[in-house]
Amino acid sequence: MADVVVEQGRVARARGARKGSSLRNALGRKSTVAFFLTLPLILLIALLVLYPAFYSVYLATLNKAMTKFVGLSNFTFLFKRETFWMVVRQSCIFAITAVVFKALIGFIVAHFVHNIPGKKQRKWRGMLLVPWVIPPAMSTLAWLWLFDPSYSAFNYTLSFFGVGPIPWLGDTFWARFSVILVNVWYGAPFFLIMYLAALKSVPDQLYEAAEIDGANWWQKIWHITLPMMRNIIAITTLFSLIVTFANFDIVRILTSGGPLDTTHLFATWAFQVGIQSSDIPLGACVSLFMVPILAVAAIFILRDVNKRGNEA
Amino acid sequence: MSTLAIDKAGPSRKVKYGSMSRDRVWALRWSYFFLVLFAIFFLTPPVYMLITSLKSSAEISAATNPWWVFHPTLSNYVELLSSNQFLRFFWNSSIISIIVVIVTMMISIPAAFALARMKFWGSATLATGVFLTYLIPDSLLFIPLFKVLGGVQELTGITLLNRWYVLVFIYPTLTVPFCTWIMIGYFASIPKELDEAALIDGASWLQTLTRIFIPVALPGLIAATIFAFTVSWAQFLYPLVFTTSVDQLVLPVGITTTLIKGDVFNWGQIMTGALLGAAPPLVIYAFLMDYYIAGLTAGATKG
Repeated sequence: MADVVVEQGRVARARGARKGSSLRNALGRKSTVAFFLTLPLILLIALLVLYPAFYSVYLATLNKAMTKFVGLSNFTFLFKRETFWMVVRQSCIFAITAVVFKALIGFIVAHFVHNIPGKKQRKWRGMLLVPWVIPPAMSTLAWLWLFDPSYSAFNYTLSFFGVGPIPWLGDTFWARFSVILVNVWYGAPFFLIMYLAALKSVPDQLYEAAEIDGANWWQKIWHITLPMMRNIIAITTLFSLIVTFANFDIVRILTSGGPLDTTHLFATWAFQVGIQSSDIPLGACVSLFMVPILAVAAIFILRDVNKRGNEA
Repeated sequence: MSTLAIDKAGPSRKVKYGSMSRDRVWALRWSYFFLVLFAIFFLTPPVYMLITSLKSSAEISAATNPWWVFHPTLSNYVELLSSNQFLRFFWNSSIISIIVVIVTMMISIPAAFALARMKFWGSATLATGVFLTYLIPDSLLFIPLFKVLGGVQELTGITLLNRWYVLVFIYPTLTVPFCTWIMIGYFASIPKELDEAALIDGASWLQTLTRIFIPVALPGLIAATIFAFTVSWAQFLYPLVFTTSVDQLVLPVGITTTLIKGDVFNWGQIMTGALLGAAPPLVIYAFLMDYYIAGLTAGATKG
């Protein structure tokens, strides 16, 4: 029975290769099947991602009541507002500072974890990834409580060192510092895990050879670790840049943009303008300003991912 | 310690070797030292959540040492777990996350199978498109989606806004692209001979998928499931925008909006709620850590 089936398949394949007609037939059937298999995915992306994305461009050209087309006047209105430029500046400061510190902490801690032998390494890794596992809205509440103006546990501890009560969320500088701190706390474990995986893939012989040649630790990092990890570092950083730039939860819960709108990011300001003040076109307009930076980062990620795919 | 001393006494070549291993011992000690520092930084908020959740309101407002519980009590837990409102949030979050996981798998497994194995017109473009979709953040889409949902609601007469089930339609936009992407990676790593053999034996495409691809790529499937669940559980922006009635809220939004009454923060209960809300992902993580990490790293290393 089985023999016959195999025989038939072989014959069919041989004939297909010779003539090409039954092969084309099979291909035709295959692409129909493939179409139906991917149809739900295509529909989902088209209806709930692409359509809203283009719709938001249309929305951004309407007036507040969404009754008439006003062209680019929403954009020119934003350009004249000081708050808008503050949001642009703060979004960039927030994203760049947070990503740099996440990458640095991730890189350093990954090396420490990599030094730990065997079983214990698993334990440390498990412990250090906890911030990434907790839903950010929940952990940010804990930070809000740690920053509480009258019961701050940080200020309680700092008072023993003679450091005066710090207005964590009340003062512009400290509020900006705090939202970045929380974002670094949340995102650094992601870098740690990515870098740790990359570190493990660097062959030990390279380090041994370098050691015999008398390389110091800095030379080993600069000439072996970094070049070997370049691709992962690039992808992780760009990806984190997108996520951090579009961050909403942390700033929304910690400061809601305050004090005096100085910690607003594009996402939180778009929420305040578009949903809370129900000026949907202006909100759509604000969030569209994220697109250029996201697009640039996405192009570079795609390039790196494809490069990686070709190497493999 | 003693081995070091012996090494030092030996000939010159051994001294060099000994100094290397001594370097390693010190590297290990410094690693532990800094890891402890970083662990304190990383674990302070969750530990502080736990500490506060065990305190009574009186103890919290008494401004004693915040890092210690003097009169531990479970009253916050009892109060929250017997409150219908909180249980409702928990129920909403659970049912939404479970449905989203099922929907995600039903969409992304067949799609990943087709994209990994059947080269058809536009398959490479579609795979790239899926990856790009994954990079579009929720904060770019919430305003137009809000209008789109409102429009659909007007057109069909079906209430969508302010209903928990609308999130079941929206969350897959966040989960499906990534799950499809990592499943493509896992499916592509299965040797071609395996499914060719099945096809030659007369298996249909569907049989190849269910009998070969799904069992072989099960680790990837678990990783994708975990990802889909944690993303839907943690999502904050969409439910904040699309749902407002107290009985339609999910945990993150419910805790931040209802437990904060005006300017009064009942911190004991907020921390208890946050801890209970963080519990399901933490439990999954504790038991399936390797799959969790595999899913996390697969995005960049596969494909």
